[in-house]
Amino acid sequence: MNLLKLVWIELWNKKSQLISSLMAIVIGIGVIVGIRTINVYSEKAVAIKLDNLGANILVLPQAASIDDYYTSDIDAPTIPMEYVERILTSDIKGVDNMSPKLTRRITLDNKKYVLTGIQPKDEIASKPLWQTTGFGKELEASCAPSSDENTSHGYEDEKLKRKAVDTLDYSECLLGFQVAKALNLKEKEILKIQDKEFIVAKLLDETGTVDDDRIFVNLRAAQDIFGIPDQISAIEIMGCCNAISDGLLGRLRNILPDTRITTINQIVSTQIETNKMMNKTSVIFLIIILFVGSISIGNYMWANVNERRKEIGILRMIGTLKSEIYKILLLKAIILGLIGGILGYLLGTISAYYMGPVFAQIQVSAIPIFILWAVLISIGISILGSLLPAYFAAKIEPFSNMQEE
Amino acid sequence: MNIITTQNLSKAYHHKDGVVDAIKNISLSVEKGSFVTITGPSGSGKTTLLLTLAGLIRPTSGSFSFLEKELTHVADSELAHFRRKNVGFIMQSFALIPYLTCIQNVMMPLSLNKVDNAKQKSIAKEVLANVGLENRMNHLPRELSAGQQQRVAIARALINSPSVIFADEPTGNLDPSLSIEILNFLKSINKEKNITIVMVTHSPIAAEYGNVKIHLNNGQISSMINLN
Repeated sequence: MNLLKLVWIELWNKKSQLISSLMAIVIGIGVIVGIRTINVYSEKAVAIKLDNLGANILVLPQAASIDDYYTSDIDAPTIPMEYVERILTSDIKGVDNMSPKLTRRITLDNKKYVLTGIQPKDEIASKPLWQTTGFGKELEASCAPSSDENTSHGYEDEKLKRKAVDTLDYSECLLGFQVAKALNLKEKEILKIQDKEFIVAKLLDETGTVDDDRIFVNLRAAQDIFGIPDQISAIEIMGCCNAISDGLLGRLRNILPDTRITTINQIVSTQIETNKMMNKTSVIFLIIILFVGSISIGNYMWANVNERRKEIGILRMIGTLKSEIYKILLLKAIILGLIGGILGYLLGTISAYYMGPVFAQIQVSAIPIFILWAVLISIGISILGSLLPAYFAAKIEPFSNMQEE
Repeated sequence: MNIITTQNLSKAYHHKDGVVDAIKNISLSVEKGSFVTITGPSGSGKTTLLLTLAGLIRPTSGSFSFLEKELTHVADSELAHFRRKNVGFIMQSFALIPYLTCIQNVMMPLSLNKVDNAKQKSIAKEVLANVGLENRMNHLPRELSAGQQQRVAIARALINSPSVIFADEPTGNLDPSLSIEILNFLKSINKEKNITIVMVTHSPIAAEYGNVKIHLNNGQISSMINLN
């Protein structure tokens, strides 16, 4: 015999009481685990959507508009290339990829095209539509954790594998689908732009975007063509969706105060808001569960202590210390919390598995780390609810069993 | 050698109608190996005296000591340690924990003294065999007769090899033949193991088993006969 065995025998002896006291805590923990599980997978879905959209943040000169960026106005203002370094050397998290570029309109054969200077390697990670082009080595663009918290969700974001441009020499260019068609150029042929000759390194597949009408050259070459060294039109950033919702834009604005920073992914903003709302909901549930669970366990413990006054009196009579009575009650609370946490986790995970596709249109599976949180929260609630009954149980006099004779 | 000594021991209970003196200025000495019986009419303070001597309630005034150790003002935890090491209890209602089997009930005092599980079991089996319950070890108290339950309580009282056993109306719930059986058993452990027994009883027959007979009236000793 020991205290643990004594507690276990006592709990087992009153199974129906045990079950009813566990109901509130199991349902409560189940709701929290269910919401959080769906939420985590929903965030992951948003992250993948954002990745699929490519760059989702634009850093533009203060005076420029998004229209300027897309129309590539010849007089559009620029920002220093040094800003890229400023982001790289900062401690900002959640920036997966940056593509500095200089964009201007040029005229070739009396027709207007958009010439865009890019930095190879950086560029393709933010252009998933190019991945079928199939040149360069694979690189992984992913939603990097925006904070330590993200890694504690127990999952890793799916990596989107894309092709990067390994090299784009000073004298090489890439042609958008429409440009190549209009200029009737093939790979390895020469394109002449303002006295500079460029070898067509690759013809890009049709994307259905403005890229089809663009000529891509090395950024340095573009800066030389337009006579604006170390200047760029914009920095396209692929930011992690979690980081965006965590305030990445604000942090970027802090280190680049004289720029205009905007997101270009309005379509996922609703889902980000939904995720935020679900996060808030789970916090509200947590608070409710803390109260309801504690009261439920406290009520059970209180009834249990009153019902077992005689037994506690017997234990005290034969020499059980007050601290040991306290320990017995808290041990009981820990066992209840442990069982409640595990059952709550199972309930929440199974609910999320079936409800995820219905309510959030996402496939959900178990997040093992949540069992730890579920058990810890459940034990915490259980102990909280048991403190007062345990205190009063320890005060029961050892002769109380004799007084009802 | 005195095992229990009291000096002007008093215990008062506070009620809404006023203060009730359960016992008043009781001074006595109990020699080791005595069989003390405490008798008296209802409300004379028999049980209060027993509880006070056993360290279960604190006196309002006066002092009591056990083997010359003053226990009147020691901490609750020290009193609990005193009980678990030196005292066994036998109660009228048996005071068994209903969801524990006989052997588990008997093992409880040993578990409090941190005796390892295997040793707990072997000692408990031996003690239960001594009280004739070797075939009822894994029964719950409700599955036993009143006499058997009281024997389990005796086994639990004996398992720590206590210096003294306090018994409060141990035969109160038993028929006459079972009562005699239990009283004979208490007498035998008193003689053979030299365990001091302090027993509260209403029964004149039970009272005859004592060699120190205390009669209480209105919380005071009205007579004390020492046959030693």
